[in-house]
Formats: sequence, structure tokens, C-alpha cells
Amino acid sequence: MEVLFIILPLAILMAGGALAAFYWSVHGGQLDDLDTPRYRALFDESPTAVSPPKRDIK
Amino acid sequence: MTLAIDNLMPASVATASRCAHCGVNVPSGLINAESEAQFCCAGCRAVYTTLHACGLEDYYRLRDISEAATKPVARSDSRFESFDSPTFHKLYVQNHENGLATADLALEGISCAACVWLVERLPRVLKGVIEARLSLREATVRVTWNPQVLPLSRIAIALDRFGYTPHPARDAIGKELHRRESRHRLVHLGVAGAIMGNTMLLAFALYSGDLGHMEPIYRMLFRWVSAGLAILSLSWPGRTFFRSAWTAISVRTTNLDVPIAAALAVGGVAGLINVVLNRGEIYFDSLTVLVFLLLVGRFIQYCQQRRADDAVGLLFSLTPSTCHMVRGDQVLDAPVEALQAGDCVEIRPGELFPADGVVESGKSSVNQALLTGESMPVGVEPGSTIHASSQNIDSLIRVRVSCIGTETRVGKLMRLIERGIQDKAPIVEFADRVGGWFMAVLTIVAIIVFAFWSRTSLASAIDHTVALLIVTCPCVLGLATPLTIAIAIGQLARRDILVKSGAAIEQLSHGGDLLLDKTGTLTEGRMELLKWVGPEYWRGIVAEVERHTNHPVGRALCRSLRQVDHDSPSRTTISEIVERGDGGITARLADQVLHVGSPTFVQRNGISVPEGLLAALRESESSGTTTVMIATDRIAVAIASMGDRVRPGGADCIARLRDMGWRPAILSGDAHEVVLRVAQQVGIETDRAQGPLSPEQKLLAVEDRTTDRAIVMVGDGVNDAAALAAADVGIAVHGGAEASLAAADVFIARPGLQPLVDLIDTSRRTMRAIYRNLAISLAYNLVAGWAAATGVMTPMRAAILMPISSATVLFLAVVSLRGRTKTSASRSPDVLCAN
Repeated sequence: MEVLFIILPLAILMAGGALAAFYWSVHGGQLDDLDTPRYRALFDESPTAVSPPKRDIK
Repeated sequence: MTLAIDNLMPASVATASRCAHCGVNVPSGLINAESEAQFCCAGCRAVYTTLHACGLEDYYRLRDISEAATKPVARSDSRFESFDSPTFHKLYVQNHENGLATADLALEGISCAACVWLVERLPRVLKGVIEARLSLREATVRVTWNPQVLPLSRIAIALDRFGYTPHPARDAIGKELHRRESRHRLVHLGVAGAIMGNTMLLAFALYSGDLGHMEPIYRMLFRWVSAGLAILSLSWPGRTFFRSAWTAISVRTTNLDVPIAAALAVGGVAGLINVVLNRGEIYFDSLTVLVFLLLVGRFIQYCQQRRADDAVGLLFSLTPSTCHMVRGDQVLDAPVEALQAGDCVEIRPGELFPADGVVESGKSSVNQALLTGESMPVGVEPGSTIHASSQNIDSLIRVRVSCIGTETRVGKLMRLIERGIQDKAPIVEFADRVGGWFMAVLTIVAIIVFAFWSRTSLASAIDHTVALLIVTCPCVLGLATPLTIAIAIGQLARRDILVKSGAAIEQLSHGGDLLLDKTGTLTEGRMELLKWVGPEYWRGIVAEVERHTNHPVGRALCRSLRQVDHDSPSRTTISEIVERGDGGITARLADQVLHVGSPTFVQRNGISVPEGLLAALRESESSGTTTVMIATDRIAVAIASMGDRVRPGGADCIARLRDMGWRPAILSGDAHEVVLRVAQQVGIETDRAQGPLSPEQKLLAVEDRTTDRAIVMVGDGVNDAAALAAADVGIAVHGGAEASLAAADVFIARPGLQPLVDLIDTSRRTMRAIYRNLAISLAYNLVAGWAAATGVMTPMRAAILMPISSATVLFLAVVSLRGRTKTSASRSPDVLCAN
């Protein structure tokens, strides 16, 4: 069971990675609008031909 | 077979007479038998044609899938020139280094998923538009486009053609603050949730280890790791509670966060010591659950309040922000912000004055109801002074701007609002009051438990006291209260009542003083014909005689008479219409002389009033209405009483409110007799009807606290705004000025007093649900506290008991407020189109 000493910190580290991704997505503005995206999923085609600007415009 | 056809027939007939765009029944006069599609109005036809021409007819399919209703189109048909002005660009447009520009536009008429689809199709229709992203909640589209290819006004025109009139999205700073706050809360929630899950996994291993066999070295590992996670949870997302508790303590009050912070701190510190010393119990799983659940409740309440706030913000954006500036012989559309003292502006009938100024040319009447509360329109002519926020009623006039922004009368009133906000009495919410008592009782019990067990040993005394503090943490109350309030706010929003603060619901649940504005709140807010005594025959003739007058009463009389009666006599029979500006008009009808005017005008012309009309005349004059007399050949034949009509159902609503423990009173800016008449009609004691009051006097009336009862102010005008801000709860009603929107805690987007009754009724039910939750929560705490004090409570039992009790209360909170929502309509787009 000594493997726990490696597995546990590793698991925590992975969870930390997921949290960091979450933090990044929230502060990048991906979760600002929680109402509209669920409707966008209904539309067949992509709304724009050009990709949207990379950074959130402040 | 015949049966099937019979069943089909009515349906097909029904679809044939429905508007192809919005689905409203088409009036029979507008049905075009040759055309396949029918339209209720020109606006719908134009949008329908535009969508088909652009190949966007999928909109209708999507709309039908999402079962949403489109409203009949109210296109502005403006050319949106102001959107291209430098001032507009400076205020609302961001230019990027790559040559593209971005602007946020608030849209009227956004209702459903199909709107998202349609608006985001903009880049396909217009070359040069790179992207359009619609936020459904804010009803705001963010457009990115290339200014070299096309101007913003073209985009605005396209949106208008789709049926969504665009406005610049104002209050960008407020939105940015909201966005930051929302992100902050979401991150906290996510972190607390992730830590809770991981700590619970570790706790599961520890509990299994306790039951079976686990080597001490692994037990230590798990305890250390959960300690690390819990400390992270308490010091990052859990900081919210410590900060709030500290704020309360530093001003020598208590709130619900004080016992919560105490439980978290004691649990955290004791657990950490136990981990270091490798002895005793740890409660880290329960603590992390606590942090997460409490944050969930608060997050949901925050989201609901923000929804209401956004809806009000949208109304704010939809108020007109452009004006027609006169430059030489040209009239240009320009943003109001571009106005300067000395500019000349054109104001069309129905528009609001953007600034204070002096009339240069034209005659009209002006409705100052929003500014002063006066229901009687005022006539203006060259040289008259007009004020921002009053409304031009009749005809186009040109005004020379004398002052703008904060220098205007409205601007000065805005400063009064700031004073009102500063003077607002702080509200101690129910949960916080309970929190204080809770903490006091808990401290005493904890001391007793500690003293009792310290006779055995100090270690067991500490263990039992820590267990007691953790299991009695008012988590249930802290979670259920915001959630119940959030459900109530959501229900009210579906009925077009937007609540910006949860404290308002609590204040409205128990009776108090209800101060009502008169004009626009109790009454319709515009002058109408209230009563006509005399033969109907004269109505059409009077309307014709008053057709060209500029006198406000005459205009109002003409408007009301025309609504009732369409077949007025031909103009040729009436001749020699003379108005000398002495309170009346003389005219010639065939060979009769006709006088229409005020009682003094009639008297001056030596007209006799027959017995039958004398009583009606006296009644009209004593009831605070404006009397117009009609006479032929110097004998009076009819009397018209003009005034501001009380909203239907007003008296019933006042009676209902009285039953619910409210003492209604009127605070009006209008003349005393008018206020008395309205008070009598709605059933308010005449000694509680005050008027005329200035905005300052209204503010004083709200601040005059002879009782500790809640003071609720209901109003719509700029003159009410300071009082709205200072009252315990300020309620702004339908059609109000933007100043009152900003100052109020609640905005009612439907006319009439019925929504006010609904609001108070829902508040009472909400508070009843909260009291019930408190009772259950206390019962649970009693059991758990007793178990902890006697030493029966273990961390595992606490970990099981806590979610069960939370679930019970949450279930009850949701169920108790459900079931009554059946009558409420779905969130109507009226909220978005109230202005």
C-alpha cells in the first residue's frame, strides 16, 4: 500500500490542475453567460465563419 | 372522414387569420385574401419580408420549437445617425489594434432562442460584421465589425429590420462590476465544491479504516491531507464568512455569519491540533460540506437578484438617449451626451426633453407628471422654460438648451437621491437577528458543556465542546434562507415584478406604513375625460371645435372625445372658431353661437346654466377636477369633467393592503383638491393624503420615523426618487422615470396596484416558509447539540446528519413556495418592452 504516498499527492495534483483550468475559464469570461449557450447548442451551423477574438474584450 | 375534416377546419381558419410573424390575430380589415401570409401590422410584414429576403426563415421554425411568443413589431424606422457620431463612438465603442471595433447594443423585443439564432446570423447578412454574440439575460448583443467596411448605423438599421430596435448599452461600469463579482463567486463555489468532494473521499477511507483495520501510518497520511485541503477551503472560499463576521463584530452587531465563522474556526483549529498531536477526532469533511452548501445558497440568491438587476438595467438602456439636434437648417440625430448649453434641439410629440431649456419656436403642452407629480399638462410657447424629463405632448417644438446633465433640475434631484441613500436606515435581516441570539445561547451552552466535562478530563471537555460547536452550526438556516428568497424572487420576476434585494421581501412581509405617490401610481398619469353630463350629440362637435387648440385641457378633451366617437360632423358646419386665450373658444355652428371653456369664461360671456346642470357643475368643481362647459346661444348644454383617472381596481387593492396590515397614505406633488378626490376614490383617509409636496418634502416624510414600523414608498416619478431611495423599501412602478428605477429596491413592470398586492402576498408566504425552516433547523440543532453534549456524536454521525437535515429543509422550502405559480404567466417579454 506504499503506493498511496505517491498516488494520493498525484490525485490531489490532478484535481488542482482541473481547478486551475476552471479558474482560467471563469476569468476568461467563458462562464459569464450561463443562459444563452444552451440555446446555441440547438443551432446546426456555426454562427460565424471567422473565429471569435481570442481575448475577452474589456 | 367528415369528422376529420370538421376537426381540421377551425384550425386552418385560425392559422389563416394569424399574423405570419408574431401570431397575433389579424384584424378582419387587414386580411388580404390574395396573399398567403397575413400580417397584423406593417412592422411585422416588413420583418417577415426582410427575413425571407435574407434566407433567414428558419427563425420561425426555431421559434416554434422553443414555444416562445414573438411580440408584434414596433420598429423605430429611425436611421440611427447618432450611432455614427464621434460622441457615441467615444462612449460606447471600443476600437482594437487590428482595425476592428466592438460595441454593446441593448435590444428591444428579445424573447427566446430563435432571437439568439437570428441576431447571431448578422455576419451572414452584412459584410463587414465579424461577429455578433447575444446574451439572452442582458438582451444585449456584442457586435464586432470593421468600421472601414460599414458604419455602425447600418448594423443598427439591420437589427431594427429584424424587429429588434437597438439602443446603446448604458451602465457599462455597473455591468463590469457585476461580472467581476459573479466570476469571483463562481470560482469560490468551484473551489469549495472540489475540496468538499476530495475531503469526503478521504473521510470515507478514514471511516472505513475506523470500522476495519488501517495501519496508523496511512491514517496519519489521510488526516494530514484532509487537514491541508480543509485549511485551503476555510482560508479561500471560507474567507467570505470570516470577513462578514468580523465586519459585524467590529461594529458591535451580530449576524448569521458569526456562529458560522465560530464553528468553522473552532472546527478548523481543533482539527489541526488533533492532526498534529495525532489524537482525537477531526471534522474536516463536515466543515468543507458546510462551506460549500452555504456558498451554494448565497450564489443562487445572488443570481436571482442579478437577473432582476439586469432586467432593470435593460429598461435603463431602453430609455431614449438620442435627441434631434438642429444645426443650421439640418436636423441631426445625436446622443444626449453630446448636447451642450446653447444647442438647439427639436422635440417631437411624445418625446422627453433631454435637457433644461427655453422654447424657441412652436406651441405645445408639456406633461410634467414624472418631474413634479402634477397631473395637469402645462401649455408652452416661445419663451417658456421647460425641464428635462418632462414629456412633449402635442406638437413639434424647438428648444434652446440652457443647462445639461447635473445642472438640470433632474440632475439636482439626483443629488437628493444620494442623500436619500445615505440616510437609509440599515436593515437587520431576520437571519442575522436570529444569528445574534443563536450565538448567545450557543456560548452559554458551550461553557456549561465544557465545565461539565472538564471534571472528567480537559481533553474530553475540549472534544465535546468542539463537537457541539460544529454540529449546531446554523448551516440549515444559512442555506435555506437565501434559497427560499431566491425562489420567491424568481417567481416574482415571472410576474414582471423585479426584486433587487432579498431584504425587501422580508420588510414587505410584515405591515407598516405604505406611502403612495398619486400621479402615475394610483392614477393613470394623464388627463382624460372623467364624466360627461349632457346630450351625447355634442361630443363630436366639441372634439371638432377643440381640434386646433393648443390649450392643454382642450387638447386632452379633444383626444378623449375622439377615442369614443369617430363620426364627428363634417368640418364645414362649424365655422369661425375663435380662441382668444381667455379660457375658452367661441365658434359658429350653422346659425348658433357655440361657447366651449372654463366656468369663468362661460360666466364672463353671460351664459345661463339651467337647473339640471347646476348640480353637475357644483359636483365637478368641488371634486378637484377641471370643468369644461359647453353652451349654445348663451345657454349651457353640457359639462365635461377632466382629470387624471384612478386606475381600475385601486380601491379593492387598497382594501386588501389594509387587511394585510399596511397603513396607506398619499404623498403627492399635485394640487390639494385633486389629491383629496383620489384619496376618497381609493378609500384612504383624507388626513393621510398630503399634497402638494416638493421632492424634498417627500424625502422628509419618509425620513420622519415616529414609529419603528417599516416604511415603504411606492412611486414612479423623478420627484419620488429620493424618497424611494430613503425608504426601507422603495418600489418603482410601470412607466416610471429612470431616476426612480435606479433608486428603488423593487421595480414593478406592470401597471396598476394588483402587482403590489401580489408582491406583498408572496413576501408573506416567503417569510412564513423561512420561519418554518427556522423551527426545523432549531429542532435539529437541539437533537444534535444534545448528542454532542452527552458524547454520543461522532464525526461520522455528524457527517450523515448534516446533509439529511439540509435536504429536509431545502425540500420543504421548494415545496412550500411551489404550487402557487400555476397562475403566473411565463416570463413575459413585457419586462423588456415596458418602456
